[in-house]
Amino acid sequence: MLSFITRRLLQTLVVLLVMSFVIYGLMGLMPGDPVDIMAASQPGMTPEVMANLRAIYGLDQPLMVRYARWLMAVLSGDFGFSRTHARPVLEVLTPALLQTCKLMLASFTFSVILSLVLGVSSALKPGGWIDGFVSLFAFAGISVPIFWLALVLILTFAVGLQWLPASGMGQVGDFGFWDQVRHLALPVLALTLANTGQFTRYVRAAMIETLQMDFIRTARAKGSGSRRVIFVHALRNAMVPFVTIMALSFGSLFSGALVTETMFAQMGMGKMIYDSILSNDFNLALIGLLFATFTTLMANLLADLAYVALDPRIRLE
Amino acid sequence: MTFRTTLAALGIAGLMMAAAPAQAAKDQLTIGVAQFPSTLHPNIDAEVIKSYTLGFVIRNITAFDKDWKNTCLSCTELPSVKNGTAKIIDLPNGGKGMEVTIKLKPDLKWADGKPVTTKDLEFTWRLGRDPKTGFSNSQPWTRAVKIDIIDATTAVLTLDKVLASYNEWDQILPEHIEGPVYEKAKEAGDYIKQTTYARNPTTPGLYNGPYMVTGYTSGSQVVLEPNPYWAGTKPGFKRIVLKLIENTAALQANLLSGDVDMIGGEGVGLSIDQVLELRKQHPDRFEYLFKPSLNYEHIDLQNGNPLLKDLRVRQALIYAADRKTLTDRLFQGLQPVADTWVNPLSANFTKDTLHYPFDLPKAKALLAEAGWKPGPDGICRDAAGTRLSLEFATTAGNRLRELQQAVLQNNWKAACIEVRIKNEPARTLFGETMKKRSYSGLAMYAWSSSVTESPRRTLATDNIPTEANGWGGANYINFSNPRMDELITKAESVLDPDEAKALWAEMEQIYAKELPVIPLFFRSEAHVYPKWLKGYEPTGHGHYGSMFSENWRAAE
Repeated sequence: MLSFITRRLLQTLVVLLVMSFVIYGLMGLMPGDPVDIMAASQPGMTPEVMANLRAIYGLDQPLMVRYARWLMAVLSGDFGFSRTHARPVLEVLTPALLQTCKLMLASFTFSVILSLVLGVSSALKPGGWIDGFVSLFAFAGISVPIFWLALVLILTFAVGLQWLPASGMGQVGDFGFWDQVRHLALPVLALTLANTGQFTRYVRAAMIETLQMDFIRTARAKGSGSRRVIFVHALRNAMVPFVTIMALSFGSLFSGALVTETMFAQMGMGKMIYDSILSNDFNLALIGLLFATFTTLMANLLADLAYVALDPRIRLE
Repeated sequence: MTFRTTLAALGIAGLMMAAAPAQAAKDQLTIGVAQFPSTLHPNIDAEVIKSYTLGFVIRNITAFDKDWKNTCLSCTELPSVKNGTAKIIDLPNGGKGMEVTIKLKPDLKWADGKPVTTKDLEFTWRLGRDPKTGFSNSQPWTRAVKIDIIDATTAVLTLDKVLASYNEWDQILPEHIEGPVYEKAKEAGDYIKQTTYARNPTTPGLYNGPYMVTGYTSGSQVVLEPNPYWAGTKPGFKRIVLKLIENTAALQANLLSGDVDMIGGEGVGLSIDQVLELRKQHPDRFEYLFKPSLNYEHIDLQNGNPLLKDLRVRQALIYAADRKTLTDRLFQGLQPVADTWVNPLSANFTKDTLHYPFDLPKAKALLAEAGWKPGPDGICRDAAGTRLSLEFATTAGNRLRELQQAVLQNNWKAACIEVRIKNEPARTLFGETMKKRSYSGLAMYAWSSSVTESPRRTLATDNIPTEANGWGGANYINFSNPRMDELITKAESVLDPDEAKALWAEMEQIYAKELPVIPLFFRSEAHVYPKWLKGYEPTGHGHYGSMFSENWRAAE
């Protein structure tokens, strides 16, 4: 087990190194540079000033030189300076990460719980009315664009009922626990509804397949109660494919909630990475994307470890 | 905990959430904006949203007001040759220069109580002239080669040229805060990273306007509260919050829910079509104001394209474009049709230029005269059989521009000119295509300028982007006219307003006659604000209405 984990951690380092090169190269290929973007909104910016700014930001150097400098700095613990936030990268990244953690962990937890309840209920009687209702809900969750869902939630709960704030992370002068909960309610609800649909379909399919297996029949024949068969025997086995899906989703949750964050004005990782790519903020975009990659790899490692716990037949070598 | 207890707890939590105040009180003004400033340093990075935000908290020495007149904000009197505070001098090198006396208001203070003095002015001048500081616009300070401090409020700046803009001066930086930072960072050229405006933007001593920044959450919101040492008109709000909501649909929903009171109109919020739609749906709920601005929407013509070299073809394009109907239909006539790049609100505007009303028969006649005849598919061909077909680029995904393209494409088809739409993302269009002048036919976008700025950037030969100058300059049309170059240079140094007006009139005439671009219209800023907000007066130029925000207040 230990050698497996060590090997995977080493592989992670190699993947991160390769990814950093690929991301840096791809961003370097994008047309225009930050100084061009600045010049577009600065009447009077002279060619001399533009050349000077390129030199200050190091943009006058070849891409490979810039990458090598960046890599050496990162290896020495300097993650660089975010040009678009005018602060060190870690100072920008940390609050965004905290906000994403609040948003994602809440919605992820609710989605997993809801999808387990709905997926299992649905799988117990495929074709029944519960299954029909859950399938409808799941397909709606999968197919409704989150942009639209977010807007409907804002119009209903903020504009119409005026129960919840439409956006932001807290009221100025408040920012207490309940204030933050109020501001998180709608984005968490939107993400939960969107994720639950997809998760529910996986749980349902895995449960239907597991419930038809021989060992379930054996368990029933041995006199195990219905609850024990479902929750101990069947669900545990059905969790193996579900854990894979959760692991894959978990990484993307940290970087992929761009639309939700934009709609509800939450400064999280998704929006931060997107903005930094668009504005050619190399340092911030790179660290953000590498963090997302790292999270995905770690989530997959945890999923592999979870397989062993869920299915004793699986061995990690 | 039983199921019932859990349910009750959740219910109470829900009630607490619902009972919390949904609307801000009227001593607070919440402004929704769709962009966020990257830094609050006045001279680092150029962004519309930053200028808008700084308008509340930092005062320029001088600024153009809502009537586009230059006025003193931090000075006691506007420098002028007439009142003796500016004079032309002989320079040691034999040339002519100027001495400009700036007298700061004696009661002007930073928000930490320290007075604003000529020491701050001298410090700002020194920073502006140091290329290592990374100022994106150091021009206001590089104009002055010398500064003489007379006393705490009076200084004389020596310019090495005679400049028409001698009485336009930007913000001052606080020496007592930024001085030590600069001294520490100047050798390494690190000031851009160490400035207090970025490191600790809520430091009161950074601001000298009616408000100061008391809260700054990067990428989320900026909180402003009154500067206790402000000596001018008392600000009307205890707090102003600039709240970032990037998605404009969500921004509108926030306005309707009362989460924001108004939306910044200076290009930092909704587009004109969105505000027009909002007005249609809620005509009485808000105040709506449309202010023509210095953003000049136009179509660049590629002068390297053989089809566009013929003036008659360029004239046919403009005669066949029904620009009046375009602005009437798409923008309810709120964006005035342009004849040149000079806005009619500018003191340098002239009516005496060539006008090109919509005239389809004239367009057809001009094409026939140039040797173009309609072919079987309705598109013109010359004697060699070449089709009169041009590529037409703009920023992809910009719905309004794409609509404008569709209208113009139809207009031109009627005149037997084919245009093929080839749009690119803004980043590609401006970062590559325009900069390297590699568009092949027409390119539609907007120019933005300051009130008295000469057209050097966009029309002078020395601003044609080339590989040799690192693709600097914004003369994307490759326009090169010796007389225009001469007029630009003269206009930049003439002090007599009548003489300046004559020079500008000639530039406008050349522009309208040679037609290097097709002028479309001046964009209007679309403002939505609450009916209870009084004293709100947008300007339409780069010295935004926020610069006069001490006059904003809630009606009793």
